[in-house]
Amino acid sequence: MYLKSSYDIRDKYLRKDMLPTIFCPGCGIGAVLQYTLRAIDELGWSKDEVVWVSGIGCSARVPGFVDFDGLHTTHGRALAFATGIKMANPDLKVIAFMGDGDAAAIGGNHFIHAIRRNLDVTVILINNFTYGMTGGQVAPTALKGLKGTTAPYGNFENPFDIANLAVAAGANYVARWSVFNYLQGINSIKKALQKKGFSLVEFLSQCPISFGRRNKMKTGAELIRWYQKITVPISKAKNMSPEELEGKIVIGEFVDRDRPSLDEEYERYKRRAKEIMGWKE
Amino acid sequence: MKYPFPVGESDFIQGDEAIARAAILAGCRFYAGYPITPASEIFEAMALYMPLVDGVSIQIEDEIGSLAAVIGASWAGAKAMTATSGPGFSLMMENLGYAIMTETPLVLVDVQRSGPSTGQPTLAAQGDVMQAIWGTHGDHSIIVLTPATVQEAFDMTIRAFNLAEKYRTPVVLLTDGEVGHMRERVNIPDPDEIELVYRKLPRNEDEAKYPFRDWDSDGIPPMPVFGKGYHAYVTGLTHDERGRPKTVEAEIHEKLINRIIGKIEKNKDDIIEYETFGLEDAEVAIVSYGIVARSAIRAVKILRKEGIKAGLLKLNVVWPFDFEMIEDIAEQVGKIYVPEMNLGQVYHLVKEGANGKAEVELIPKIGGEIHTPDDIVRAVR
Repeated sequence: MYLKSSYDIRDKYLRKDMLPTIFCPGCGIGAVLQYTLRAIDELGWSKDEVVWVSGIGCSARVPGFVDFDGLHTTHGRALAFATGIKMANPDLKVIAFMGDGDAAAIGGNHFIHAIRRNLDVTVILINNFTYGMTGGQVAPTALKGLKGTTAPYGNFENPFDIANLAVAAGANYVARWSVFNYLQGINSIKKALQKKGFSLVEFLSQCPISFGRRNKMKTGAELIRWYQKITVPISKAKNMSPEELEGKIVIGEFVDRDRPSLDEEYERYKRRAKEIMGWKE
Repeated sequence: MKYPFPVGESDFIQGDEAIARAAILAGCRFYAGYPITPASEIFEAMALYMPLVDGVSIQIEDEIGSLAAVIGASWAGAKAMTATSGPGFSLMMENLGYAIMTETPLVLVDVQRSGPSTGQPTLAAQGDVMQAIWGTHGDHSIIVLTPATVQEAFDMTIRAFNLAEKYRTPVVLLTDGEVGHMRERVNIPDPDEIELVYRKLPRNEDEAKYPFRDWDSDGIPPMPVFGKGYHAYVTGLTHDERGRPKTVEAEIHEKLINRIIGKIEKNKDDIIEYETFGLEDAEVAIVSYGIVARSAIRAVKILRKEGIKAGLLKLNVVWPFDFEMIEDIAEQVGKIYVPEMNLGQVYHLVKEGANGKAEVELIPKIGGEIHTPDDIVRAVR
């Protein structure tokens, strides 16, 4: 892969009047945004055919910075809004940029149902174990023992494994990387964007200000080193015991399949309805 | 175009069915919903018809998602609708506010049942008036239509779409379980005779760049729907005329909210619709809306036979509200009665409008039964 300069990507895709971004120093969202834009650039997609949708939170601000059609919606509901956009105009390519709280907590129900329907959308999910925008409360992805302002003595709940949840719910493509795995990340996003049906690329992303600070990792670099330590490639994880995998996060491609998407199924449904009613086309 | 139901003739149908058919004739091609009594028949009719007219009907996981999908569909260029009842309507409030803030045309039907909470699912009520007008948070205005007959449910559904498109705003069709489930003869006009309104689209590059600017000085900016190269950014945050988030600037918030409210409040004359019966020489006025207005018409006739000069103001729109008209009526009559299937909702509006010029008395009724004409006559007598 030939990597274009970041300046080229910035100049081509970002809204100059919206810069600088609201992201804190050391935040991983900018990197993931760059990977997504690089993937779009390499695919040669037009800015006119892509719609970005988001809910609420730091990552939800991304559609504001990119020069595409964008819908910044209510907390957790991005995929429900996306359902309307995609089904009303199936020609549009839809990207949902979401956070872990947004997708897995308040939006958990929309998340699993959008996957069950196999809505043709690509979800880019920023997982930083925390609610960054509201100041560092625990997210449903936070590993046990991690601290947040609403779990000052260490999280006592079990975390969601978003990638595995998506596989079980029926997604066509699921991958998880840390922000550090940039080549794999870009390639995964490219695959996800080209995939009909539901695709998810989850990124373990660093939030030094709201999350790291409370968990003895004050810089982005410290968090990335921590991700390197706790992540295990899926191929290696297959040969590890549950005890060895305790506290580890598996990364890699989880599933890659081609079940028919919701809009494709609806096209068939319309034809069936007309046939049953004797409306020959 | 072929329709999956008879057009240009009359049919004997339920209110819910009439709303679905009218929506399709109004150009609605996206419906998302979650089943709830007594609104489910709207969804069921949409499920039957939509695939045949190349529209979408989809069952979402909840009411929050239903309205979200409808907003998304509207931004993708479709005329879109959802329908629900009280509990589902409550769940939609946050996204209703989003639709107001982002100026998204859509129709939201609320077939009222009693509450609070799950209440009486199969019986009628008028308990959602305040929720329809003020349910979502923040300062805003909205349009709320109140049909009293199945024919009105049909006609007002078409009007709801037209008002939504014209004013780039969500419109609530506030009906009730009685109108929704009752069967009546409905005249379904020939589609060519139905006047349809379509949203303003940006006419040039400048308008596309400033999708929240009042270009025509009517408060209604052209809507840059998705997929046409406008690159619009739409947010529920306070935004400037370009649509950029501006969350701490007082004057930008004030300007935006005042314009969104103003485009409805300044066009009251175009939006508000009402009918009167014997109000010209009335000494006692009844203000009513929805299903109860039908009993009120009968009550006026009975009262007049008894020598009491009663008159009726039947509100077809409960918001925006014509406070000045109520004051005029109050100056003419000694007393205004407000029969409602609740413990007082429009009553408060009428009282404010009357401005002390006439005594205003509520005739409440709850429990699922509609006021009989006698209920109203007894209260007035």
